[in-house]
Amino acid sequence: MLADGAVHVAVQVVPFDAAAEMARLSTLSTLAGGVSLFVGQVRGGGGLVSLTLEHYPGMTEKIMQVLAAEAMERFELLGCTLIHRVGRLEVGQPIVFVGACAAHRAAALAATGFLIDRLKTGAPFWKKEEYAGGGTAWVQARVEDDAAASAWDNTP
Amino acid sequence: MTVTVLYFAALRERIGCESQMLDIPPEGLAVSDLLARLGAADAHTATALAEEPRLRVAVNHTLCAMHDLVRPGDEVAVFPPMTGG
Repeated sequence: MLADGAVHVAVQVVPFDAAAEMARLSTLSTLAGGVSLFVGQVRGGGGLVSLTLEHYPGMTEKIMQVLAAEAMERFELLGCTLIHRVGRLEVGQPIVFVGACAAHRAAALAATGFLIDRLKTGAPFWKKEEYAGGGTAWVQARVEDDAAASAWDNTP
Repeated sequence: MTVTVLYFAALRERIGCESQMLDIPPEGLAVSDLLARLGAADAHTATALAEEPRLRVAVNHTLCAMHDLVRPGDEVAVFPPMTGG
């Protein structure tokens, strides 16, 4: 029996509280044996100043809910959390929080990888880079990211 | 009989428009035909669509294939590959 609020999905401008999100996951069930987390942040280098994240309201939330539900069933999770920020984020700022709670570590770790790999290429978010000096460029989709997402198609 | 067409990210910037209405037949038409009509109506749009080799199209918030049917009243979104996370 899953706890109320076993799945938590959000798209937001404001920062997330990773400690609070982890605490929520770890107290969902007394059957929980492990919580796995991934936090993605804006990587600097090459003069990058910020990323501006755009999304497709309505579709984004729907895709994230579907993805979370798929992970819950596939990895027999006790809970999972997906939070993705939008708007302008400077180097070092957190972008995405993925958390999974399961009875055993293997499921929690695998679910976390599954969720972030699928989120990157399957949910309608786009990143625009801003460089020192004012130049901008849209981030191009990477073949490696598509491969990482589709690798889960054939993984038991 | 119309559909709403939304553009996102680099495609929105190149076309210079966030959304538009398009007349379609009452029986609907394929996504590929809808894209062709958008291009036929505006040369700037045609160029922008042609320059993105990996266009993604969602109908009513679900990703779809070029042969899928768009019906009057649908919300169609056209965008480049997604780069979240």
